[in-house]
Amino acid sequence: MLSRTADNLYWLARYMERAENLARILEVGIRMAMMPDQSGKRHRSEWRSTLVNAGIEPLFEQTGRAVNARNVIEFIGRSERNPSSIYSCIKTARDSGRAVRNAITSEMWEALNDTWLAFEDNWRAAAENRDFRPLLDWIKDRSSMFRGSLAGTMIRDEAYHFTRLGTFVERADNTARILDVKYHILLPDMAEVGGGVDYYQWTTILRAVSALGGYHWVYSENPRPWNIAEFLILREEMPRSLITCLREITTTLEILAEAHGRRHPCHRQAGRLYSSLKFAVAEDVFQQGLHEFLTDFISRNNRLGNEIERNYLFAGT
Amino acid sequence: MNAGDDSIREAYHGLSDWLHWTPPDHFNLKRREAEVLFRRLGITFAVYGDGGNPERLIPFDLIPRILSKEEWGFLEAGLEQRVRVLNMFLADLYHDQEILRAGVLPERFVLTNDFYLPEMQGVRVPGDTYTHIAGVDLVRVGENDFYVLEDNARTPSGVSYMLENREIMMRLFPDLFASHSVAPVETYPDELLETLCDAAPACCDGTPTVAVMTPGRFNSAYFEHSFLADKMGVELVEGQDLFVKDDTVFMRTTRGPQRVDVIYRRVDDAFLDPLVFNPDSVLGVPGLMNVYRSGRVAIANAVGTGIADDKAVYTYVPDMIRFYLDEEPILKNVPTWRCEAEDDCAYVLEHLPELVVKEVHGSGGYGMLVGPAASKREREEFAARIKANPCNYIAQPTLALSTCPTFVENGIAPRHVDFRPFVLSGKNVRIVKGGLTRVALRSGSLVVNSSQGGGTKDTWVLSQ
Repeated sequence: MLSRTADNLYWLARYMERAENLARILEVGIRMAMMPDQSGKRHRSEWRSTLVNAGIEPLFEQTGRAVNARNVIEFIGRSERNPSSIYSCIKTARDSGRAVRNAITSEMWEALNDTWLAFEDNWRAAAENRDFRPLLDWIKDRSSMFRGSLAGTMIRDEAYHFTRLGTFVERADNTARILDVKYHILLPDMAEVGGGVDYYQWTTILRAVSALGGYHWVYSENPRPWNIAEFLILREEMPRSLITCLREITTTLEILAEAHGRRHPCHRQAGRLYSSLKFAVAEDVFQQGLHEFLTDFISRNNRLGNEIERNYLFAGT
Repeated sequence: MNAGDDSIREAYHGLSDWLHWTPPDHFNLKRREAEVLFRRLGITFAVYGDGGNPERLIPFDLIPRILSKEEWGFLEAGLEQRVRVLNMFLADLYHDQEILRAGVLPERFVLTNDFYLPEMQGVRVPGDTYTHIAGVDLVRVGENDFYVLEDNARTPSGVSYMLENREIMMRLFPDLFASHSVAPVETYPDELLETLCDAAPACCDGTPTVAVMTPGRFNSAYFEHSFLADKMGVELVEGQDLFVKDDTVFMRTTRGPQRVDVIYRRVDDAFLDPLVFNPDSVLGVPGLMNVYRSGRVAIANAVGTGIADDKAVYTYVPDMIRFYLDEEPILKNVPTWRCEAEDDCAYVLEHLPELVVKEVHGSGGYGMLVGPAASKREREEFAARIKANPCNYIAQPTLALSTCPTFVENGIAPRHVDFRPFVLSGKNVRIVKGGLTRVALRSGSLVVNSSQGGGTKDTWVLSQ
């Protein structure tokens, strides 16, 4: 397969996944903003932390606009100046899809194309009603449709594997960021982690990754911070957990290595990152500090993504 | 559809009944269905400078254009003759130049022409085939009376519409196909692949690796490039996917570099290799021409074929047929005045209201004047341009083009059509029974180019 095609598929999947996770991040923000303020500070911080966790705070600062619900939702959802807005992600994903139109199935293409064609109308309706939740649900639906068409219609060849790599590299990044939102809200009050005051905020995180039910099923008790962190980081049952993403990445890279008869540095990196999660326990994470752990994970996952690109997607030069 | 005496041509009898008996609502339903199908399949065409939606659909007309078996037999012989000669001309021109020495074609015409590439002089291409894929634009003015409007010997496009139009017609009107025996066109991609494999360089052992090369997804014909690559099961590459090393062309793949033997390029000569042609080109591959000239990669169509579809050289094609084959041309040329000749130029300026004037190197219906349809002012402006640079223009009479019934706003009306069959030249000449029929949707208009508001139709060649 052409490296450029693999590259487009990889980024197409990353951007679709990112669009969905941005919708989830916004959902967390909206829910948090509806809860009683417990920080005791003059300014509420959920929208700033939303920006931080979408990784675009500096970019937003450049607009010079106030950090409030309306501006942040617009910037993350619709802004063309923000290359990582939901709008830009869907546009980029659709453009990449068009560039590799014959490497994806028509169902996948229609899932991408129809999303792009309907986005503007849906956004306008949400802005008029001042309720973005139906829009965010719609985006998650569209992403599910794309994923479903990928799972249900695509030949299990290289094209499929590179698409999956994109999905899981992006999802690992995004889950880590969503979990980190919590840290930023409670920034000065580490003592309170595990206390009762932030109960709603923790459940909101579970909701954002559609894991509230799953949590109860696995732990059979009320949400507790260390359980939640463990669930999203270390439990293989949880389809959006960091370890699940890394397991999928290593498995996929292994398939490629077998098919090509060739291993690359990215195989070693993925293996190391996966093992470090596999043999970790929740106490390790809290000992290191949740925020420190997540920051370190995000940067290692990033390096892994770069290495995959170097080894396969710009290969052959 | 009608013969000269207003009776209906035999090939159209079935269709005529069908048009008569089908309720109009049914057609409207089918038209909407067709539009949805085209949009879903992503068959679009970008129009330059339109400013609007860059992904526009080419209007598709539901009524097919029909050619009888006999008509096709006549055309086929004519097309094969013509394209064989174009290839012989190119091989001669880039080697011994006998045609110039014999004085059949004036030397200055060729050697000072921008489309004659001295870089190709003396370069041997496999099988002496230059234009592997040629699209010959034809119009009909009477029974078995076909004229060649122009030869497209560089990168003719439109074949994907031939294939998709048929696909959609078969979905919409299965009954019609059951009652007519329409020759299939779906073998085209296979025949194209065989033609390309025939072109493989001698150094290639085993199955040649073929790739389709596109300028990229912003090109107006990108859909066709990816469509053909897909149907042939070969990679669709851009310049950035290829590189040259050890006198070999490679593509970058996830498995590392892979050798490429045949490039079906849909990129113009000028952009192929920045080291030889346009240095600013980012579409090309540095060093490609070197590998090509040493015969280690094949390029289809060959580099330098533009000289064969030059509108001034066109006027000599009948002479070429006599010169190379000692045969009379089967397909006629439209009488053409070359403005660079003083007498011709004077005639053209005097008769502008009856003539179609074209730029010698123009294509796509840009930069032309349709005399009868133009206003006085437009004609005057055009006359000034001709006077300023006569060499740049040729003129032809407006022909009484045949028409084909077409859906228009208020029902069915005759509209002018032309026809582009595709001629493949490899070890032998292959012509799929069909082609692209373009239709001028505006009443009286003779311009069928899709960039100028033309549409397309399915073309049926009956096999009995």
